[in-house]
Amino acid sequence: MIDVMDPVAFETHPDRYKHWKLDLTDASSGIARLIMDVQEDHGLRSDYVLKQNSYDLGVDVELADAVQRIRFEHPEVRAIVFSSAKDRIFCSGANIYMLGSSSHAFKVNFCKFTNETRLYLEDASSESGIKSIAALNGVAAGGGYELALACDEIYLQEDGNSAVSLPECPLLAVLPGTGGLTRLVDKRKVRRDHADVFSTVAEGIKGKRAKEWRLVDDVIPRSKFNDTMTKRAKELADASPRAKAKGPGMPLPPLAGSRDRQGAGWIINFKYITLKIDEKKRVAELEVRGPDHDPPKSADEMRKLGPSWWAVQAFRELDAAMLDLRFNFLDVGLLVIRSKGELEKVVAHDKALASLSGSDWLAKEIALFQRRVLKRIDVTSRSLFTLIEEGSCFAGSLLEIALASDRVYMKDDEDNESGIRVQLSPANFGPLPMGNGLTRLQSRFLFEPKRAEELRGREGPMTTQDAVKAGIVTIAPDAIDWDDEVRVAIEERAAMSPDAMTGMEASLRYGGPETLETKIFGRLSAWQNWIFTRPNATGAKGALTMYGKPERPEFDWRRA
Amino acid sequence: MSDVVNDTKIPNNVDLSSDKKLQRALEAWQPNFINWWLEMGPEGFQQDQVWLRTAISVDSDGWAHFDYVKMPDYRWGIFLADKVPDRKIHFGDNIGQPVWNEVPGEHRNTLRRLIVTQGDTEPASVEQQRLLGQTCPSLYDLRNLFQVNVEEGRHLWAMVYLLHSYFGRDGREEAEALLQRRSGDPDKPRILGAFNAPCENWLSFFMFTYFTDRDGKYQLLALAESGFDPLSRTTRFMLTEEAHHMFVGESGVQRIIERTAQLMKQAGMSEDVRKLGGIDLPTIQKYLNLWYTLSLDLFGGEVSSNAASFFAAGLKGRAFEEKNYTEHTALNQSYTLDKYEAGKLSREEIALRNAMNEVLRDNYVEDSQRGLDKWNRVLEKEGIDFRFKLPSRRFHRHIGMWADVPVTPAGEIISREEFEKRKSEWLPTAEDEAYVKSLMTTPVYEKGKMANWIAPPARGIKGQPVDYEYVRHNV
Repeated sequence: MIDVMDPVAFETHPDRYKHWKLDLTDASSGIARLIMDVQEDHGLRSDYVLKQNSYDLGVDVELADAVQRIRFEHPEVRAIVFSSAKDRIFCSGANIYMLGSSSHAFKVNFCKFTNETRLYLEDASSESGIKSIAALNGVAAGGGYELALACDEIYLQEDGNSAVSLPECPLLAVLPGTGGLTRLVDKRKVRRDHADVFSTVAEGIKGKRAKEWRLVDDVIPRSKFNDTMTKRAKELADASPRAKAKGPGMPLPPLAGSRDRQGAGWIINFKYITLKIDEKKRVAELEVRGPDHDPPKSADEMRKLGPSWWAVQAFRELDAAMLDLRFNFLDVGLLVIRSKGELEKVVAHDKALASLSGSDWLAKEIALFQRRVLKRIDVTSRSLFTLIEEGSCFAGSLLEIALASDRVYMKDDEDNESGIRVQLSPANFGPLPMGNGLTRLQSRFLFEPKRAEELRGREGPMTTQDAVKAGIVTIAPDAIDWDDEVRVAIEERAAMSPDAMTGMEASLRYGGPETLETKIFGRLSAWQNWIFTRPNATGAKGALTMYGKPERPEFDWRRA
Repeated sequence: MSDVVNDTKIPNNVDLSSDKKLQRALEAWQPNFINWWLEMGPEGFQQDQVWLRTAISVDSDGWAHFDYVKMPDYRWGIFLADKVPDRKIHFGDNIGQPVWNEVPGEHRNTLRRLIVTQGDTEPASVEQQRLLGQTCPSLYDLRNLFQVNVEEGRHLWAMVYLLHSYFGRDGREEAEALLQRRSGDPDKPRILGAFNAPCENWLSFFMFTYFTDRDGKYQLLALAESGFDPLSRTTRFMLTEEAHHMFVGESGVQRIIERTAQLMKQAGMSEDVRKLGGIDLPTIQKYLNLWYTLSLDLFGGEVSSNAASFFAAGLKGRAFEEKNYTEHTALNQSYTLDKYEAGKLSREEIALRNAMNEVLRDNYVEDSQRGLDKWNRVLEKEGIDFRFKLPSRRFHRHIGMWADVPVTPAGEIISREEFEKRKSEWLPTAEDEAYVKSLMTTPVYEKGKMANWIAPPARGIKGQPVDYEYVRHNV
C-alpha cells in the first residue's frame, strides 16, 4: 500500500488550482461558480489517472480552499453553483485506483477530510447564508453525488445520459464514504426503500424518478439548464441574509511557517503554533501560543489587523498543523497539547470577537472558522492529552482545545504560587459547539447539564483545585509527581492499539445527541473503517481490489 | 526531614534524605503503618524487648545486626541489592535492551498489579500470625516468630517503596490500601486465598513458613529477573531474608517430628502419641497436605495468558532465568501437562510462555521435597516406618484446572462422595484442630524451656545459647 510520499500540502490559491475554476464573473449578482475540471495527470501521486472528473485529496484540498476563500474574501457571494467543465460527466467520485492503492489509514483520513469539506459547505449555507446549487450537467456518481448532496439544491440535466448514483455497494463493496447514505435519508429525507434501491443500482437513477424520489430537486432540459441555474442562484442570493454584508473581504495570505527535520522527527513552526513530531515515540507535541498584541476595539481595527489578528492566524496555523499531523504522520498516535501566554489576553481577544461578531459578518466568519478548526480537532483520530503547566494560557477559545482532549492534566501547586490557572470566556458558552450541537462543557456534563450553565459568568482565573472542582481537569498531579505521572501516561497511551484507541475515543468524545454530523463521522469510523478492511472489499479478490480487472470479485458470504 | 522519616529511623540505601517525593509519601504512610502494626501486629508483646536482627545496610555485616528492640521501634528499612552495571533485559521479547530504571508507561498497570499482589502477602502473614505469640512453645520460637513478622513488615516496606517511588498517586493509594485490607476479613480480604486462611497454631505456622514462604521465595526469584531494575534489586535483597523464614519452618517441623519420635519410643513405638501430649505423624501429614496445597494455588492457573505476557514483556522471568536456562525467548517451545476437562484426562502441549506458572510450580515442588527428605531421615534414624509425602499437585486445589476436582493425595480422581467421606484422612479435621490447639493453651516464657510437643533446637541464634532470653516478656 502506498502512502503519500511527499508531505501533502493544504495551502493553495485559486491562481494555482489545477482542478477547479472559481468563476466570479457574476459575483456582482451574488453568484460564484465552481467548475470542476480535473486534470487527469495531476493527481497527488503518479500511480493513478484522474479520469472522468474523479478526485483525489488534491482536488478536494482545492475545493475546501475555494469555499473558505468565498467566505472570507468575497462577502458579495451568496450563492455557489457547482458544475463540470467535462462533457456528459459532472463528477465520478473518488478515484477508485487511488483508493485501491492507498493504505487503509490514508483512505480513512482522506474520507474524513472530504467529509469535513462537505460539512463546511453546509455550514457556509446554514451559518453564513451562502447557498449552494449542484448543477449536474452530467453523471454524478459516488462522491460526485455526495458533493451534490452537500449542496442545498440539486438539479439534474435531462439529456438521456445524466444520472445520479451511489455505485459503491454494488461495484466496490464499500459504502458511500462521504456521508452519502446519511445525507440521503437524514438530509434529503429520501424514503428508506427508495434509498435501498438507489444505493444498489450501479448505473443510478435519472429523469423523472430521480425527482420523484427526492434524489434531485428538479430535472431540467439541457437547453434551459444553464439559464435556469443562474436564475435559481440569483433567487437564492437575493434571499440570503449575507446580502447585508459590507465589504471588503479579508484576504487569506499563505501562512509563513517552516518544516524541518529535528532528531528522530520533525519540527513544524508557525508564529503561534509549534508542532514537534517524535517518530520514534510516536508522540507529537503541540504548543499553542496566546495573543502577543491587543485585541481590536472596533470593526475597523479588526480589518486593519486582518489575517494577522491572533484570533485568525493562530487558528489557521492550528488547522494547518492538525492537517499536517493527520496526513503526514500516520504513525503518531498521541498529541500532547500545551499552551504558552497570558490568560487575560486570550479572554480579551475572545471578548472582542464575541462583541464584534454580533454585528459584523467578518467577525462572525472568524468565530465560525474557529469553530470549524476545533471540530477538526474533535474528529482527529489521535489521542489528545492537554497538559496545563506554568505559563500556560488555556482560557476561553484555547480552553476549548483542552476540553476537546481525551484527558486534561493540570499541575497542582498547593500553595498556588506558580500561577497555573485556567479561565473561562464567552467562547466556552455557545459560539464553538461540537458536531453534536452541544458546547464542549455541555458535552462534558451530560449527567449534570446544570454544571455547564453554572460555570457561565464565572470570571477570573481558576486554580488547579478550582478547575478540578469545576470538572475541567482529569488528573491533577502535584509538582513532585508531575513529570513521572505525565511521562508514564504518555508512554502508556502510545503503546495502546491505535485501532482500539480510535474507536474508543470517537465513541467517548460524542456523548449526547446525534446530529447529521456525528452520524457521518460515527459511521465513517465504525462501518466504513470495518468494511474497508474486510477481504470482500480489499482482500486479494475483493471488489475494490478487482475493480477494473477482468475477473469478478469473490466474496465471503457469511453475514457478520 | 521529619522526626520519623529520616536516614536514622529508616535505614536505607535509596538516598531517602534527598528524595523529596519518597519522603513526602512516607511521611503520610509511616504513621498509618505503625497504627496498622499496633492494631494487627503480634498481640500482647509490643512493649517487650525482643532480640531481633535489623538490616541496616546491604553489605554482609550490615544486613544482620542483632540487638534488643521493642517491635514498634523496629527500624524498618529500605534496601535494594547493588546495581549491576549495564544490566540488560535478558528474557522475553525485549532481550538485549537496557533494563528500565523508570516504569515503562506501557507496562505500568501490569507492574503495579504484580507489586501490589506481592506486597499484599507481607502484611497478610503478620495478620494471620498475630495471636500465635500467646501460645508460644519457647522464647526461642517466640523470637523467631517476631523476626519473621518484622521482616514481613520490611518486605511490605520494600514493595511500598516501589509503589511510592515509581507509581505516583496511584502508587500511594495502593500503598495505603495495603494497610486497609485484612486477612480473612470477608469485606476487605487479602488478595490471595492462602493469605486469608487462619494460621492459629504453631504447627500451621511452621508449615506456613516452610510452604507458603517458599512460594514467596519463588515469586521473588521470578521477579528478581525483572527488566524493571528497581523491582529486581528490591526482590534480590528480600530473598536473603526469606531464607530465614523457611529455616524457621523447616526446623520447626523437624523439631516437632523429633519430639513425636521420642514420645513414640516412650509409648513403646505406639503411634498414638496423643496420650503423651505429642502431635502424631498422620496429623502432621494432614497439616502438610493443607499448607502445601494452599501454597500451590498461589502460583496461579496452569495455563495463563497473564504469565505469558509478563514473560514476553520482560517483567517476570523464570526462577534463575539467567543461570539455569540457555534459551530465553521461550518461543516455539512447548510444555506438556495433564489436562482435565469435563471429566476427561489427557496430555496436552501448550506454548511454553503460557505455562510459566507451571514451570515455577515445578521448581517449587522440587524444592519443597528437600525438607521432607530431611524430616524422613529423622524418622529413619529413629526406626520409624512412617514417611512424609508431598500430595499430588492435583489434590485439594482451588485455583487452576484441578480446582474442586475430587482427587486423592496420590492423584487419583475419585467421586465427590468418596472424597467427602475420606477427606478426614487427608486434611485436618475440626477434631485435629481442637487437639493441636489443646496442646498450645499455655505459652512457655521460661528461658530455655520447651513445650512438651516440640524438641529444643540444636543451637541458639547467632552464637547465643538456646536458653538465652530472646524475648524479655513483661519485664
